[in-house]
Amino acid sequence: MAQLSFERKYRVRGGTLIGGDLFDFWVGPFYVGFFGVVTFFFSVLGTVLIFYGASQGPTWNPWLISIDPPALEVGLGAAPLLEGGLWQIITICAIFAFVGWMMREVEICRKLGIGYHVPFAFGVAIFAYVTLVVIRPVLMGAWGHGFPYGIFSHLDWVNNVGYAYGNFHYNPAHMIAISFFWITALALALHGSLILSAMNPARKGDEVKSPDHEDTYFRDLIGYSIGPLGIHRLGLFLALMAGFWSAVCIVISGTIWFQEWIVWWDWYYELPWWVDL
Amino acid sequence: MAEYQNIFTQVQVQGPLEMGVAADATTNFERTKSATFSKLAGIFGNAQVGPVHLGPYGLIAVVGFATWFVIIGMTFWQQVGWSPAIFLRDLAWLSLDPPSSEYGLGFAPLDEGGWWLIASFFFLIGCSAWWIRTYTRATALGMGHHVSWAFASLLWLIFVLGLFRPILMGSWSEAVPYGIFPHLDWTNLFSITYGNLFYNPFHALSIVFLYGSALLFAMHGATILAVSRFGGDRELEQIVDRGTATERAALFWRWTMGFNATMEGIHRWAWWFAVLTPLTGGIGILLTGTVVDNWFAWAQVHGYAPLN
Repeated sequence: MAQLSFERKYRVRGGTLIGGDLFDFWVGPFYVGFFGVVTFFFSVLGTVLIFYGASQGPTWNPWLISIDPPALEVGLGAAPLLEGGLWQIITICAIFAFVGWMMREVEICRKLGIGYHVPFAFGVAIFAYVTLVVIRPVLMGAWGHGFPYGIFSHLDWVNNVGYAYGNFHYNPAHMIAISFFWITALALALHGSLILSAMNPARKGDEVKSPDHEDTYFRDLIGYSIGPLGIHRLGLFLALMAGFWSAVCIVISGTIWFQEWIVWWDWYYELPWWVDL
Repeated sequence: MAEYQNIFTQVQVQGPLEMGVAADATTNFERTKSATFSKLAGIFGNAQVGPVHLGPYGLIAVVGFATWFVIIGMTFWQQVGWSPAIFLRDLAWLSLDPPSSEYGLGFAPLDEGGWWLIASFFFLIGCSAWWIRTYTRATALGMGHHVSWAFASLLWLIFVLGLFRPILMGSWSEAVPYGIFPHLDWTNLFSITYGNLFYNPFHALSIVFLYGSALLFAMHGATILAVSRFGGDRELEQIVDRGTATERAALFWRWTMGFNATMEGIHRWAWWFAVLTPLTGGIGILLTGTVVDNWFAWAQVHGYAPLN
């Protein structure tokens, strides 16, 4: 595959963590590396197993195919393949594929001489996934607490687990996570808009605008412009907080809190200085 | 590993305050004449705070939002017999509800939803004035109106919830109450009433774009910070005159996933993902109860929910 016009001078040796020069090559546009092999192996294996599970299931409707975790009675043991064992192996494949992908990003960062922000951010996403399918099930004592791999079956899981704790909107960590998600989308819209509006002036033929215009627009609008560097720190921070608090809101449900979440707020109402008013 | 990763600004340099690029005479007149430095803000982003532009639409927006906010607060306070302590204790539970369904789309006595209608009217004024403000500020600087059209997408969702859908349903009682827990109860009940909103395809799309926005901003923010040692945060300059920061950022994603956006294109991806979040969400809300009464049953008919 053709390379980008400037790509050749960047395709240099080095930066690998494992394997030395052995896997230090590209296939088409993709960098391989030791971790590329790891990721490829586990993602292919996991995908094949998902298709095998689907073939043994009741439907080929892509919306309804579901690979379910073992029954709760299995606890933290290994289950027969068609009774949750596939889910267990696919979960292992997914984790190795994700971690392999992250480590491959680290190698690419090293090769390009850039910071490690992207693999770190991806690590937070992996953490959220591992929280759902490993940490919380282990804390609760059964793999059956993991979520099923299917498009609408995982939505049913979210629905059912949510209502197991009453109205899940009352979960304080869930509140924080949702707020971060919305603020992230708002900030992303504003950042994308600001760059596009500076690059694409309203009047055809105008010169493109400068970072000073960006700062001025936001200072005019709200009295503060976080600036071209700060907005990327803010965006990364907001996005990572959204993922992190999502993981927190589910891992505390069923491990340290067992009632409806609405009851959790009683502590505030029952503070000693106003409970008797 | 002890490399510079650009997590925060370690050395702050303070030059002269930037009072903004010159615009038309009215804008220059309406812009405040002072600004200050915040060393705390400077750790994360720009240290300079201010100046700000007010102008007629800014004034209308501030008055509109403030009136909405104060009406809600005063009705809350009234509900607890003007006790400051009970106000603070019950704050999250207090609610300003829209009129009940017997009033339809008519006015209601002040304490039976009338205040909700008045507050909502001022909120509408505030939102509209703020939209005009985003538009006129861009015009004054000769910039595109991308912020305005993105904000219009958010207004679409807000107006669907509080205006368009209640009108289609024939009653203000369909609108969202003002209150911290009450609006969460409303959201929960809305989903249950209409057969589980997870089976509403537009709700699904909206969540996809919401999560996608977080994913994109994590990817984009992280990429730019990673190449900031080569000046990657100077995006406008990198767009018109590609430097090694852009080349490394592009190659990172090309080598990782076989595809890369351009320095300008990533902002178009960002804009569309963020804008489509409330756009699709608003469609999903508007169809609920007006066109579709039960999303689970609808999903069964359309082949994506189990039939048992």
